[in-house]
Amino acid sequence: MTRSVHPALIALAVLVFIFLVGPLVIVVGAALSDTSYLTFPPQGLSLRWFENIFEIAAFRRTIVTSLQIAFISTGIALLIGIPAAYAMNRYRVQLPGWLSTLFVLPVLVPELVLGFSLLKSVAVQFTIPIYISLVIGHTLLVLPYVVRVISASLAGFDFSVEEAAISLGSPPLKTFFTILLPNVRSGVIAAFILAFITSINDVSISIFMTGPGISTLPIQILAHTEQFFDPTVASVSVLLMVLTVAVMAIVERTLGLTFLAK
Amino acid sequence: MKRFAGWTLASPATLVVIAFLVLPVLATFWTTLTTPGGPLEPYLAFFGSGFRRTVLWRTIQVSLATTAIALVVGFLTAYVISRAPRWLKSILIIAAVFPLLTGVVVRSFAWLIILGRNGILNNFLISIGVTAEPFAMLYTQGAVITAMVYLFVPLMILTLAGVLESIPEDLIEASASLGATPAATFRQVILPLSVPGLIVGAVLVFTGSFTSYATPQLLGGESVMMMGTLMYQQAMVTFDWVSASTIAAVMVVITIAIVLVMTRLARRLNPMAV
Repeated sequence: MTRSVHPALIALAVLVFIFLVGPLVIVVGAALSDTSYLTFPPQGLSLRWFENIFEIAAFRRTIVTSLQIAFISTGIALLIGIPAAYAMNRYRVQLPGWLSTLFVLPVLVPELVLGFSLLKSVAVQFTIPIYISLVIGHTLLVLPYVVRVISASLAGFDFSVEEAAISLGSPPLKTFFTILLPNVRSGVIAAFILAFITSINDVSISIFMTGPGISTLPIQILAHTEQFFDPTVASVSVLLMVLTVAVMAIVERTLGLTFLAK
Repeated sequence: MKRFAGWTLASPATLVVIAFLVLPVLATFWTTLTTPGGPLEPYLAFFGSGFRRTVLWRTIQVSLATTAIALVVGFLTAYVISRAPRWLKSILIIAAVFPLLTGVVVRSFAWLIILGRNGILNNFLISIGVTAEPFAMLYTQGAVITAMVYLFVPLMILTLAGVLESIPEDLIEASASLGATPAATFRQVILPLSVPGLIVGAVLVFTGSFTSYATPQLLGGESVMMMGTLMYQQAMVTFDWVSASTIAAVMVVITIAIVLVMTRLARRLNPMAV
């Protein structure tokens, strides 16, 4: 085994991980501080900044909006993304190669450009309400994740099982729900959760889709930090980190975290 | 019927992407080509403005610096991870994935606490007597680059950890048994085999930095305006949509050009390809 690594490299890796985790520890500390300004290490422990989040109407409202948008757009992305991923695996020969490129376009086109273009064409020109434009933007944002994750879990699926069910008289739709879907269940869960967190964290599309009374949580965080330097945002950040931990636990149980490294 | 099954299933997603991504983005480009001054006018205005050229050049500089630092740091760290025992490997991967799944706003905000005038770093420097007056670290190019490196190192680590993992152990053992020192094996076997992964990572980090918004907005402000923040300002503050569309087009052209050139380069430099 050639496992030996130069001590200097190990030292560097240790520093890199302190660099990666340290700032997040600082945010947690700042959120727990009893002071009315951001500081670390926390001076006096208090949860009052967590309570303060829910005392600010804009935070209450944007948390609800962000959750709604994430659920709706992830739902739509799954509804249209699962059949697309299935078609691309099952009917590969029928479909042109550019189709898979089309589904990664939302990754290739800068989010800011997509957000601005949606505002300009969809929201303003076709006067589609901001809320719906926001759903459209987030659906596009998460669609590539859905298609990629579902494709990956379909790659190991033996389609002859499905053929067998159909030839034994099972109707196609029933086959889909009883044969195919259970086999890619973990893929669907992982796709849902990755799409959900991506939507919750989005800034670059949502920044163009704010209207009277409509905004998402990350945009509200940006707005708040521009005016106040209190620990409220640190507390919101901690809530988002808790969500991240939950997401990681689910991804680990379904796809395995190493999937994210591929 | 069966002949169209594939298309039927793929059509909703296809239509959504065409209707809400392809057409709106093309419409944005179209805006820049149909101004009263002719199709080149917005671009001449963009490149004719000293301020805009500065912003473009600064965005390229920041993105290149971020990419270069993230490449070196990410590669060496990923190498250490790939050599680590299995239990430690999964902990390190978790430590890299966690920041990646934590939002851009949260991660940029962390640097606001660290680099602020009364921030942790200034307080620390004052307490150990390095300086009496706090340094102005926020709203500098350095602050933006630091936060961007922080943003993108996990992405680089994960991309390269996957690549390093796929290098067959036999090759490394063969190199060692033929008398190569670990350093020589690293330089002559591992590094060349990682080139495609390094290119993929570099493309992800460069395009990500080049088109970022939240980080330059929070840590750069008006004084470190980048392409993303300038585009937002033109679109939503001054409502000059031709100018915003032009910035969008420049951003897309540069992004796609880099993706195309680099993926072609990756294919050519792949030593495993025959």
